Amino acid sequence: MAVIRDPMPAFELFQPTSVEDAQALLRRYGAGAWVLAGGLDSFDWLKDRIKRPEAVVDLSGIPELRGVRARGDGLEIGAMTTLTEVVRHGVVRERYALLLDAAEAAASPQIRNQGTLGGNVSQDTRCWYYRAGWPCYRAGGNICYADTPESINREHAILGADRCVAVNPSDTAPALIALDAQMVIRAANGGERVVAAEDYFVGPGKDITRMTVLQPGDLLTAIRLPGAWAGARFYFEKVRDRQVWDFALVSVASAMVVGAGGAIERMRLAVNGVAARPLRLQAVEDLVRGRPANEATAAVAANLAIAGAQPLRFNAYKVPLMRNLVKRAIRGVEATTWAS
Amino acid sequence: MSYSRRNFIKGVIAGGAVATSAGYLFRGSGPLFGQTSAPGSVERLVTLNVNGQTRRVDVLKQETLAMTLRYKLGLTGTKLGCDRAECGACTVLVDDVPRYSCSVLTHTVRGGRIVTIEGLARANGALHPVQQAVVDEQGFQCAFCLPGFVMAAVGFLKTNATPTREQLAHGISGNLCRCQDYDKILTSLMRGAEYLRRSTT
Ligand SMILES: Cc1cc2nc3c(=O)[nH]c(=O)nc-3n(C[C@H](O)[C@H](O)[C@H](O)COP(=O)(O)OP(=O)(O)OC[C@H]3O[C@@H](n4cnc5c(N)ncnc54)[C@H](O)[C@@H]3O)c2cc1C
Ligand code: FES
Ligand code: FES
Repeated sequence: MAVIRDPMPAFELFQPTSVEDAQALLRRYGAGAWVLAGGLDSFDWLKDRIKRPEAVVDLSGIPELRGVRARGDGLEIGAMTTLTEVVRHGVVRERYALLLDAAEAAASPQIRNQGTLGGNVSQDTRCWYYRAGWPCYRAGGNICYADTPESINREHAILGADRCVAVNPSDTAPALIALDAQMVIRAANGGERVVAAEDYFVGPGKDITRMTVLQPGDLLTAIRLPGAWAGARFYFEKVRDRQVWDFALVSVASAMVVGAGGAIERMRLAVNGVAARPLRLQAVEDLVRGRPANEATAAVAANLAIAGAQPLRFNAYKVPLMRNLVKRAIRGVEATTWAS
Repeated sequence: MSYSRRNFIKGVIAGGAVATSAGYLFRGSGPLFGQTSAPGSVERLVTLNVNGQTRRVDVLKQETLAMTLRYKLGLTGTKLGCDRAECGACTVLVDDVPRYSCSVLTHTVRGGRIVTIEGLARANGALHPVQQAVVDEQGFQCAFCLPGFVMAAVGFLKTNATPTREQLAHGISGNLCRCQDYDKILTSLMRGAEYLRRSTT
């Protein structure tokens, strides 16, 4: 990466204090507007001069977007709550430790101190061809540079690719899907809609230029965690090249409720790093229902999980990796301790 | 009178040359900077609280905190390694929380209490316990990364004053050292934690 020591190109900056004011600005600037949360995805785009917004709308001054509050038998987390605030929250620690583990696995302490939960789930893919500004499908062009005979695509998709083979980089996304979280979206016209986490993310087959259902002018205002999966048996694991400050190669998140007889009553399971959107593995969830959470169940389920996988030249390793992570999520693993 | 390179640079920044260097560094700020009346529009002239002092600064909308600290306020102890949230050299505290100053807009944190490596020592020149520990342990090679490590550690120790070596390693895991001096850095920061506990009890 070239060292660039001059600032970002000029933009107009706004710091509204209400969602309404923010949306008025988004309407006014249309395609020229950029929503800024923690900025840890955004600034790369701006510094590299690949995206050149006319106006940046900084959400950091909007109190209603911040904080964690009780809601019914669950929790509501404001989109601008930082990952560190999520990790430190007592109820998250006690009842939604899956989200805690996922948020804590993201990036570095300083990034978690600033990066927001809303930004983490809304971040763009890290495919470096795309991020370097190559005119690929996702950027509106007509080629995928990561899927040619010469491409370096070790980090790319093994499932669900459709022209574009980029993957979703978010660690909190699979955890939120496993927890059956609901995403609260305020549309440009002020209307609110609530979308299940698994439907918040879109693959290239649906919209090749977007990672989420957010349309220009939309704001994600909050993420709701229902009580239904609070305190379930959770599993999160993220495999990466470096133990900190690195994106997942593959990650898995699951929530499981086991009955008195030892059989799995219900389970939700999602993986990320394998497709353009985090994938909920519903067929696996159905298969394991009523079976014991043991090695045999895990083996069958894990094979089903990877059905249809189509590795690229350099990422075939992701197939057994995903299979093993799904297996571990179902049968559990002995606690390991790492010495640094 | 003898001049160190550092003092010379600071002098240049603080003095008349600021207009020219700023003109060079921040060129291209054209008509977009006209005042707008929309709610939430931002004034360029801001008051920052840096190292306990109040500083009036003209801050561009797109300016990062690292730019403001280094090139407007002459606080060059804050280093710029990657400018991409990938190295930690630019770590400062905003309201006691370690942040990458290269990756936050100054305007976003203008209401915060900003502390840089220059703000750790006492007015009488006594080093902060963590700084003193780094000196005592000689916990550095080239030391380019050190201001960032020290700020990350000072921030982390505010949340956990008695970390294990492993916990502190996790706390400073957002900082890289090009010289691969991690073991010595960690040893010196552990000693810093100890000095800090002694100094506050
Ligand atoms: C070096 C590095 C390493 C990283 N490693 C990891 C990692 O291992 N795992 C991981 O999960 N992440 C990782 N990240 C990503 C980081 O955690 C996210 O970029 C960050 O959480 C995004 O959040 P933000 O608040 O900074 O978002 P921003 O950059 O401000 O926003 C991200 C995107 O979402 C949009 N957006 C944000 N909030 C809203 C909202 N409320 N409504 C509508 N749109 C919105 C923005 O317009 C932008 O397009 C890494 C980032 C860096 C720089
Ligand atoms: S200069 Fe800010 S993290 Fe590297
Ligand atoms: S001591 Fe040289 S970069 Fe850390």
